[in-house]
Amino acid sequence: MSGLGRLEGAFGGVEHVEVAAADGMPCVEVERDDLIALMTLLRDELGFEACTIVTAVDHFPREPRFQVVHQLLSLRHNDRVRVHCRVSEDDARVPSVTGLWPGAAYFEREAYDMFGLRFDGHADLKRLLMPEGYGHHPLRKDFPHQGIEPDRLYKEWDRARRHAAGSQG
Amino acid sequence: MGSLKPVEASATDGGFFATRADALVNWGRKNSLWPMPLGLSCCGIELMAMLGPKFDLARFGAEAARFTPRQCDLLIVAGTLTWKMAEACRTIYDQMPDPKWVIAMGVCSSSGGMYDSYAVVQGVDMLMPVDVYVPGCPPRPDAVIDAIIKLQRKIERERPVKSLLAEPVRDDVWDEGHGGFLRQPNMGVSTHRSGEYVAADEGEEA
Repeated sequence: MSGLGRLEGAFGGVEHVEVAAADGMPCVEVERDDLIALMTLLRDELGFEACTIVTAVDHFPREPRFQVVHQLLSLRHNDRVRVHCRVSEDDARVPSVTGLWPGAAYFEREAYDMFGLRFDGHADLKRLLMPEGYGHHPLRKDFPHQGIEPDRLYKEWDRARRHAAGSQG
Repeated sequence: MGSLKPVEASATDGGFFATRADALVNWGRKNSLWPMPLGLSCCGIELMAMLGPKFDLARFGAEAARFTPRQCDLLIVAGTLTWKMAEACRTIYDQMPDPKWVIAMGVCSSSGGMYDSYAVVQGVDMLMPVDVYVPGCPPRPDAVIDAIIKLQRKIERERPVKSLLAEPVRDDVWDEGHGGFLRQPNMGVSTHRSGEYVAADEGEEA
């Protein structure tokens, strides 16, 4: 299957750029403001019922730094499509697709946790894997793999615990 | 430490034992360890095998695994401990009544293992004193049984009665060179009686 196949010419008025993906999966890049319009079109007109993943790529130090990636699956047509959307570090916000696919909520929480991307419209955007209040985003390219103070939250907790134990006598 | 020897010359038909209180207490403790299985990853599967009929930990008196720390005296940290889980792990340790012992099962809980990572505790001795470290990824059930036997040897050498009369001794002491808690000889009494707790990181702050 070459390029977008049956998707050819079906994007209506949504501005997009077709990207040649190395793995041959149909792939388009859109501006952030057009993301929801494109996603709605893909779901309602082209039958992509499932959003299989929402993640991101950090292109640090290039700008715009982040590339948000949505992958969709159509069971009806046995078809997949990937949607790219670039955002800069200063304004790392993306509209949430949880209104279209409620199941994307967990993917967006993970992407928020790992890359620090804010998903506007997400009902409960909090960290998924790292402890609440960690303050760093581990999958960013400038994050050292041994971490930044990985034990800080534990030590704070430990200090409070010891303080409580000491005051009991 | 002497074993329990029956005295032949008996005042009554039932006979009697002469032994030291330390030996009697230690004998009871080492043969009825109640493990708290903290199965965090694949080591937990080997831990289950160890408790099952094939390896049969009951032969060593330590098969009564309880899922409440209040009833346990042996914490087996089996698997990769993440920093997110660290508070829960230390809470479980704190909730266990004294005397208590800890086995770090597998390389992850011993040293972080292959996870040289932001998410993983680089050895549970950063949180609590450890009695026996078991290498392996995961260790075979035999290796953990060996660790329990080694722990039993260790318990035999404790002096519970002497330490009851003496000042309580802290059993967990932070060692800067080691970068973790070192297990002091477990005296078999509560170490938190004095209410004082030396900070794990007090050295850095001072």
